[in-house]
Amino acid sequence: MFGYVLITLIALSLAGFVLGRQRALAAVSGTAANLHSLPNYHGYFIAAWVGVPALVLVLVWLLFQGSVIDVLLMRSLPADKIAGLSQSELALLISEVKSVAGGAIFGTPAAHVVEAAERYNAWQSIARWAMAAAAIALALVAMLIARARIAKDFRARQGVEHVMDGLMIFCSAIAILTTLGIVTSLAIEAYRFFQLVSPLQFFFGLNWEPQIAIRADQVTAGGAFGAIPVYVGTLLIAFIAMAVATPIGLLSAIYLTEYASPKVRAVVKPLLEILAGIPTVVYGFFAVLVVAPAMRNFGQAIGFDIAPNSALAAGGVMGIMLIPFISSLSDDAIAAVPQSLRDGSYGLGATKSETIISVLLPAALPGIMGGILLAVSRAIGETMIVVMAAGIIASLTLNPFEPVTTVTVQIVTLLIGDTEFDNPKTLAAFALGLVLFLVTLCLNVIALRIVQKYREQYD
Amino acid sequence: MTDVTTSAAVSARHDWASNAAKRRVKSRYAKDRRLQMYGIAAIGFAMILLGILITSLFYAGYVAFSTTKVELGVYLDSKQIDPKTPEKANYRKIVRNAFLGYFPNVKGRKEQRNLLKIISSGAPFILRDYVVDNPDQIGKLVKVQVPVSDPFDQLYKGVIPRQIDALSFDRIDTFEGLRQQGVLSAPDGRTVVKMTVFLDPERVSAGQFSAIANEAFKAFFPQARNTAFVEILGGDAAKRLQAFVEANPDMVGKTAEVSLPISTNYDNLFRTGEAKVRNPRFASDNVFVWFDALVTQDLVSTPFTWELFFNADSRFPELAGLAGAISGSALALLVCFLISFPVGIAGAIYLEEFAPKNRYTDIIEVNINNLAAVPSVVFGLLGLAVFLNVFGLPRSAPIVGGMVLSLMTLPTIIVATRAALKAVPPSIREAALGVGASKHQMVLHHVLPLALPGILTGTIIGLAQALGETAPLLLIGMNAFIPSVENIGIMQPATALPTQIFAWADSPERGFVSRTSAAILVLLGFLAIMNAIAIFLRQRFERKW
Repeated sequence: MFGYVLITLIALSLAGFVLGRQRALAAVSGTAANLHSLPNYHGYFIAAWVGVPALVLVLVWLLFQGSVIDVLLMRSLPADKIAGLSQSELALLISEVKSVAGGAIFGTPAAHVVEAAERYNAWQSIARWAMAAAAIALALVAMLIARARIAKDFRARQGVEHVMDGLMIFCSAIAILTTLGIVTSLAIEAYRFFQLVSPLQFFFGLNWEPQIAIRADQVTAGGAFGAIPVYVGTLLIAFIAMAVATPIGLLSAIYLTEYASPKVRAVVKPLLEILAGIPTVVYGFFAVLVVAPAMRNFGQAIGFDIAPNSALAAGGVMGIMLIPFISSLSDDAIAAVPQSLRDGSYGLGATKSETIISVLLPAALPGIMGGILLAVSRAIGETMIVVMAAGIIASLTLNPFEPVTTVTVQIVTLLIGDTEFDNPKTLAAFALGLVLFLVTLCLNVIALRIVQKYREQYD
Repeated sequence: MTDVTTSAAVSARHDWASNAAKRRVKSRYAKDRRLQMYGIAAIGFAMILLGILITSLFYAGYVAFSTTKVELGVYLDSKQIDPKTPEKANYRKIVRNAFLGYFPNVKGRKEQRNLLKIISSGAPFILRDYVVDNPDQIGKLVKVQVPVSDPFDQLYKGVIPRQIDALSFDRIDTFEGLRQQGVLSAPDGRTVVKMTVFLDPERVSAGQFSAIANEAFKAFFPQARNTAFVEILGGDAAKRLQAFVEANPDMVGKTAEVSLPISTNYDNLFRTGEAKVRNPRFASDNVFVWFDALVTQDLVSTPFTWELFFNADSRFPELAGLAGAISGSALALLVCFLISFPVGIAGAIYLEEFAPKNRYTDIIEVNINNLAAVPSVVFGLLGLAVFLNVFGLPRSAPIVGGMVLSLMTLPTIIVATRAALKAVPPSIREAALGVGASKHQMVLHHVLPLALPGILTGTIIGLAQALGETAPLLLIGMNAFIPSVENIGIMQPATALPTQIFAWADSPERGFVSRTSAAILVLLGFLAIMNAIAIFLRQRFERKW
């Protein structure tokens, strides 16, 4: 149905274009030069007025049709059948109704389910036809209104450009809408979480065992949501990653900017970029396949027990991922130091290394620090490597040879395969997500500030 | 005045040719070379890691590009297969009988079951598909290549051995300790340990000979922290001790020197230097004989694994393919492109060409910069909370995946588009305005076409990043198990390449290790192609002004 409506709207827009053109030409009896705007603009004007509002209507309709029908369906179910059902059981009932409506019948569904399924199908088709009728009616009305405005002196080009401006502003505002969407959705779900679990426990509790809360009748049904071990694990892995990435990235940036010949640079830089382009799921598999067993074997050889999902393996591989990131940002920062500072240092008789350590690095420090902060924010938010290579159990330890868990691991494990939104287990993921978002946002803002401020110094 | 004299005195004292000064200069240059070496070491380390990463993936993954298949000669009996409804016949039975036909000597249900484990459980479906595609073959003898099951696939490719070490390193260490005490010997093909036992009359009368033997054996391991070493003593040691006591009843209550046999694995280790047992993946030793018979009859071959690209997912590694994942990724990327490309270009044009410099546009710019650095998993949470819960879009569907990915790609495209627009020189704009174009006409007709190669390059790089994204797709459920490629659409449950890799990496079967690596190689191949196209576009079409 959506496809047909779309095709109809496109056809109507095209018709509007032809109509506008013809009417404009007719208004000046075929002499285009007498029109204010080119005849095509009159066509575009009508086409835009026909197509855009109707298309917006269709999209909004489609976005909300499902939820509206669900609510209607829920309301229409006989009260005695849904009395005492929890939210998840209700969701199950709704999905049963939908699968019966879709023709997938297993066994003999209850009478009220069949009835609801018939109602559901009826509403679906009403909604589809209503959408088609509304969209086409809107398009036709818009066409009539727009057509009436076509005249010799009508400023069609400005009209079209106004529409374009509106669309462009909307497109650029999508970034804001996305941020707003992230903040509100995370905040709402986190608020619901904090109604079930006290924020004090969440932020300062030392015990994280959310998986227990799966079933209501279990002994420790509440689960434990003290997220300190999760934060500590995240910071430990991020620290290990930075300990690997910072020296290697910084030293390679120093070598590439100051020592390497252009030829070496032309070869090495793209190779480092390859490291940045490899998807993180690949790094995760690499950690599981190669790094963790190698560390374990090494540990065994020297009589030392290293867990197969140790923080060291996950953090180390994450460090490899961050090398090109730090290297390229430091590279930019060092390269941006003006040549005069270098020349001044050489003029005083300093060697290259003395120039780098005493002049270039201090001058480039803000940029390098900004890069490191951005890398830290990445390390904290990195998901797949830790999901595959780090642990799930939250243990409060700073030992890099033990498995620890991270915020992102918890978010993924809490939400995979489970979409019930009425228990603290799933909502906890959103609370963690909110913390993650705010922390990385702060790091990014600070880092971008530092980088920008520093750039202005030499411009 | 005093200052001058001191500095003059210093410079007078400073002899540049002195040995101390030369040493100082030398050490300063040594420091310089050291820093250089550190840089080279750092780059070398990164390069080595890149090399290890790529080679380990190739090493683990190349085997998955060939599949071990066995040729099955099947007589398609028209009594068993109704030509009108060929898909309904009992192909499990047909395959079973055909394969058992190779080994008429194998009788007994258990033996036959072990034998049938050689071929993949998917063989009946492969035969069914073959017959449905070639109904004219019914009533004839056909030869069909069916994959062997995962352990035999891995065995034939040499990934897993027939036999594995029976003893762990610390067990061997323990045994070495015993060997060094010089009490072991193998006089008649069976290793025995010479030990002193006290024949406690109470225990002898109770028949506790193994307790006696173990007690005495303990003396060899005074430092042992557990009693794992008792497994070294053979199961028949107690019997041998009993026989000794029965032969020498007068020794009861005394200390005697006896030679007791040790268990099979340690016996092998002592006599041959290694202890091996059959790999527990295989049901019996006979399966090797049968499989070798198939190999010597030239029935086994390893053709290229087209299944990897054309099969959907499966629980059996030898049948699992990427068709579902590739189509899911393609659909999600299509949705992502259709949304982010026009929206990104329109947004970038507005910000670069039309937007006034005010607080509103500043907020937008800061937002775009921040969006680029928001962790990908947060976008997954957004998709889950907004697209799935508020809008009620279907779970696991490529349309939701594409929408989430488009939000992540948008900043990349906007930044690339703005850079490309900026690179178009003012002369072009001024010329367009000079001949009477409106600002919109100038941008649309003149600036945008010139900026298009740069925009496309940025878009492809953004899409390549989106192709590798995993976490947001996991959260919106785009890791569904898709065992058939018949039902594909942007509203249908789907999986994507990276989430498929994640799912396979989690699977316990040995065959999935190489399948996962192969899937990663396929993913990296797609990424390489996309980046190559981007580089080609940049070099071929991007103009330097």
